[in-house]
Amino acid sequence: ARTRQGFVHQVDELLLGRKEIDPGLLDELEEILVTADMGVATVGKVLEELRIQVKRRELADAGALRERLQDRIRALLPPPGPGPAWAPAPFVVLVVGVNGVGKTTTIAKIARRLQAEGKKVLLVAADTFRAAAAEQLETWGRRLDVPVVRHAAGADPAAVVYDGLEAAIHRGADVVLVDTAGRLHTKTNLMEELKKLRRVIRKKVPEGPHEVFLVLDATTGQNAVSQARLFREAVDVTGIVLTKLDGTAKGGIVVAVSDEMGIPIRYIGIGEGMDDLRPFDPDAFVSALFEREGAA
Amino acid sequence: MFDNLSDRLESVFKRLKGYGRLSEDNIQEGLREVRLALLEADVNFRVVKDFVARVRERAVGREVMESLTPAQQVVKIVHDELVALLGGRNRQLDLSGRQPAVLLLVGLQGSGKTTTAAKLARWLLSKGRAPYLVPADVYRPAAVEQLRVLGERIGVPVHPTDTSRPPVETAREAVARAGLQGLDTVIVDTAGRLHVDEALMGELRDLKARLEPQEILLVADAMTGQDAVNIAGKFDADLSLTGVILTKVEGDARGGAALSIQAVTGTPIKFVGVGEKLDQLEPFHPERIADRILGMGDVLTLIEKA
Ligand SMILES: Nc1nc2c(ncn2[C@@H]2O[C@H](COP(=O)(O)OP(=O)(O)OP(=O)(O)O)[C@@H](O)[C@H]2O)c(=O)[nH]1
Ligand SMILES: Nc1nc2c(ncn2[C@@H]2O[C@H](COP(=O)(O)OP(=O)(O)OP(=O)(O)O)[C@@H](O)[C@H]2O)c(=O)[nH]1
Ligand SMILES: [Mg+2]
Ligand SMILES: [Mg+2]
Repeated sequence: ARTRQGFVHQVDELLLGRKEIDPGLLDELEEILVTADMGVATVGKVLEELRIQVKRRELADAGALRERLQDRIRALLPPPGPGPAWAPAPFVVLVVGVNGVGKTTTIAKIARRLQAEGKKVLLVAADTFRAAAAEQLETWGRRLDVPVVRHAAGADPAAVVYDGLEAAIHRGADVVLVDTAGRLHTKTNLMEELKKLRRVIRKKVPEGPHEVFLVLDATTGQNAVSQARLFREAVDVTGIVLTKLDGTAKGGIVVAVSDEMGIPIRYIGIGEGMDDLRPFDPDAFVSALFEREGAA
Repeated sequence: MFDNLSDRLESVFKRLKGYGRLSEDNIQEGLREVRLALLEADVNFRVVKDFVARVRERAVGREVMESLTPAQQVVKIVHDELVALLGGRNRQLDLSGRQPAVLLLVGLQGSGKTTTAAKLARWLLSKGRAPYLVPADVYRPAAVEQLRVLGERIGVPVHPTDTSRPPVETAREAVARAGLQGLDTVIVDTAGRLHVDEALMGELRDLKARLEPQEILLVADAMTGQDAVNIAGKFDADLSLTGVILTKVEGDARGGAALSIQAVTGTPIKFVGVGEKLDQLEPFHPERIADRILGMGDVLTLIEKA
């Protein structure tokens, strides 16, 4: 099926033997981009300018089209900037997102990276709701040899965070990664709970949380825009982590999210292991959007 | 779920109604907007194309053009096609045949399999069956513990899975043990996996061959985007799914995954998950959903008043 083919292949197939760009070609490009979850509105915006240029005959060469398209999409992604400073200690990172996107696993992966840089990391199991969530984080802590602060199931997450920061200060941890329970962004009481966690962090570490990472699943469709909007409203998200890019989903949704919100994308997740995290590279991402064969 | 789609379609129909008699142009324009609404709801591109083509074919026919209430006719056609797309009618689990019956839950990482396994156990318990929960996820940290805690919460026994042994052997033993203990329904929770992970897909094919489950249910996240059809298509091709359970539908997802999976695999959605709690599982009723998508309460009354 077309959707399983790589973008380059599709585009090349489209361009093959066509020197001129006709409206039909742009329609087919629309299909490819929408199928990558970029969203009809964003795709419309990206293609609109190209359509005008084609009409004005400023863009008559089909070969130039791909490059132009790539540039347009690239321009929608916010510049990554310098990235988290990971200092001063304790540098507090709050990790949030809807259910099952990969928050806990991402925390383990980030801890692994920081550890490799010689940082002292501490994990806080503030998901006291989901069955065995703390055990899951504890298992990662054991594998990584990183301390985990947890309470019993059903405890108040705010109390766990408070204790976690206390322990971090006491032990001189450089970075504290706080795992929170998955929650749908539409549940206002649960979003209030997140705000409360942030207040608790500020009580102990006034300038914290230094970063709030929103984890988005690359297989998610247009709903991710609503997720980003509501999580940002609640807790000022400072960065996005895009997980599960090892599947066939292209994660085009972050283009739509960026188009609307401009939150920098920090990392991508490409597997379930602790080494399966990469810093987000906008150029590589866009070319992957164009090049990767469906079955990665 | 579906609320946004419903709002979008409602405004399209309102416009159509405003025209009174419909020209072919009016219908084309309306369908263009229906197409956009469906795409924005994550319905797969191909599915949208076919859907719009089918509606167009019926809508430009004489039954609509010559009707005194053409907009209403168009809404009816869209409604019928939506119901058909969603599988027509509610399908129940079929646990007949050899006992203990076996249900296999499969799906991508984090879709909600473990939670749904416990929800199903609770549901079946209330229907007078005696379920046995079997953790067959030996990869994810604390996956066995997660199911054990959930089983305890609802008073359903959970197999003491040894994660150092292959899932297929564990599951076979568990079925035998359930039989000995007089438990009639074995629910096997498998590890999340990507549909393109051939090794792990092979493990599922193996589980299927060895357990001969009555039900193989794909647990899918309602927020899934365009890739839903590739995912469901591959699971179905490998395992011949008997049903789909759509999770996390209580949020503001627009439901495109539901429409696409059903359309592409023809596998009925049997249940939907409407929350994290174990009583938050509901049988799926295509007609009621189609009514809701079209805001039938609103749209139909609106058009009837025309
Ligand atoms: N293939 C793949 N799987 C991933 C990735 N990141 C996480 N996962 C898997 O996704 C599933 C859910 O991950 P978790 O880390 O438990 O997700 P979570 O957001 O903490 O989930 P909740 O706490 O229940 O909301 C697990 O099976 C992980 O192994 C990734 O980058 N690729
Ligand atoms: N809001 C909501 N959350 C759900 C629903 N079903 C499951 N979840 C949540 O989704 C997350 C993942 O659920 P799990 O049951 O662990 O998913 P899984 O498919 O077993 O995950 P892996 O074993 O890692 O592949 C958890 O936070 C669940 O509480 C639902 O219907 N609604
Ligand atoms: Mg978690
Ligand atoms: Mg599980």
